[in-house]
Amino acid sequence: MIKIINLKKAFGPKQVLDGVNLEIEKGKITVIIGRSGEGKSVLLKHIIGLLKPDEGKILLDGQDITAMSERDFSEVLKRFGMLFQGAALFDSMSVAGNVGFALKEHTDMNDEDILKIVREKLNRVGLANVEDMMPADLSGGMKKRVGLARAIVMDPEIVLFDEPTTGLDPIMSDSIADLVLDTQRALKTTYILITHDIPFTYKIADKIAMLHEGRIIEEGTVEEMKANQNPILRQFLEGRAEGPIKVY
Amino acid sequence: MKAYLESLGKSSEQFIDGMGKMAIMLFKAMMYAFAPPIKLRNIFKQMEFVGVQSLFVVILTGSFTGMVLALQSYNALKRFGAESLVGPTVALSMARELGPVLTGLMVTGRAGSAMATELGTMRVTEQIDALFTMAVNPIKYLVVPRILAGICMFPLLTIITDFVGVIGGYFVGVKLLGINPGIYIGRTIDFVQVDDIFTGITKSIVFGLITTLVASYNGFYTSGGAEGVGRAATSSVVMASVLILVSDYLMSSFMA
Ligand SMILES: Nc1ncnc2c1ncn2[C@@H]1O[C@H](COP(=O)(O)OP(=O)(O)OP(=O)(O)O)[C@@H](O)[C@H]1O
Ligand SMILES: [Mg+2]
Repeated sequence: MIKIINLKKAFGPKQVLDGVNLEIEKGKITVIIGRSGEGKSVLLKHIIGLLKPDEGKILLDGQDITAMSERDFSEVLKRFGMLFQGAALFDSMSVAGNVGFALKEHTDMNDEDILKIVREKLNRVGLANVEDMMPADLSGGMKKRVGLARAIVMDPEIVLFDEPTTGLDPIMSDSIADLVLDTQRALKTTYILITHDIPFTYKIADKIAMLHEGRIIEEGTVEEMKANQNPILRQFLEGRAEGPIKVY
Repeated sequence: MKAYLESLGKSSEQFIDGMGKMAIMLFKAMMYAFAPPIKLRNIFKQMEFVGVQSLFVVILTGSFTGMVLALQSYNALKRFGAESLVGPTVALSMARELGPVLTGLMVTGRAGSAMATELGTMRVTEQIDALFTMAVNPIKYLVVPRILAGICMFPLLTIITDFVGVIGGYFVGVKLLGINPGIYIGRTIDFVQVDDIFTGITKSIVFGLITTLVASYNGFYTSGGAEGVGRAATSSVVMASVLILVSDYLMSSFMA
């Protein structure tokens, strides 16, 4: 459903994406892994139109979204939900205001109905009785979960999660994995996730793609990736400091 | 010397670049201002922030300015035996110049810097990006209400400044310096025309636009973390103040 073709992006002299090719299938969970600073977040921001590529295309159902008018793209955006790495909660609004924001902006629902959905989504991410709290008063993991609830509040077709489990305890991580799997089954949601959490990845991924030095160097199912002998991939999945990737 | 000229060239280049981008932002804001859906709640919130919360500062500034004007003009006019003109001097200066300019500068210091800080923080913490991903146009949602609030509230604040300035002047002129109250008020009414007040109000509308647009622009395009946010606040105050003074001169010379 999404096809990334030869995507290139540089910031100044720094070539962050150097010809990324990746296909994301409808209704599947695609996990992008890679070292810190390799450009995973940058890639995600291209998919949702926050950044424009220097070169290359992103096709959504065959249509190039990098070349769309602002108005058309705004319609496309309604099919997406996104969790930012830093949650990016609106700090002038309560938790309920944040989670219900898209409902308030894009539907005619009354406040009561919105609050009902907000509560339900917050429950899905393991939060209760936080509706009236302000983002500044939440812990890091709670912010992330409020961000998750906000990303899925409209039941979007395509969900982008940038490190959904970072900062969560292992039990919570596992329940986020269940949330992803449940919604994928129930709503046929397409997921694109970035994570450093290998157990989480193994539990949910239909496809894993590794971003390294600006390209996707390996991709495949969990089984394929486990069997793949590429030393860079092995070093990453096994979390070793020694190997072809140099830490310094 | 060369380095100095280079830095001068660079900053004026940035200034011109900034003006261009600001013009684009203003253009977009004008387009989105009239496109549905129009959310009055956001506009009222900004009006409250720009207007109501500036009341105290503006009253303080206005009254003391009126008082000092009365004092100074009394000292000067006494030499010609024209003490009776203290009232109109205060009223005209307030209405035509000091009311709008002082209001503009004070509200820029208070609300403009706060706006730039708020938007700058939203930018560096990706809240503006988040708005975009939720299919909400950030310029329409964030910038339009601020500019509208500036355009509506600056004139109201200016009228208040004018008013308390005149009262301050009356207090000093009549109560402290002993000018006959009948003459003070009568002369003021004789000399001050509706046009004078309108001149000041027209200026204040322009200043309201300048302050909110400059603050929005600086906040919206902040980069570089907390330090960048601080820079945005500072430069929005400096930039808006300079633009207020320059445009004040231009408008004064046109609307003579
Ligand atoms: N707006 C920007 N301007 C300049 N450089 C940027 C910008 N955004 C990202 N970069 C650079 O691009 C590179 C990739 O950043 P990115 O945030 O995508 O990394 P990442 O793979 O998500 O890392 P992490 O796992 O730590 O989140 C980094 O070197 C970063 O400095
Ligand atoms: Mg990242």
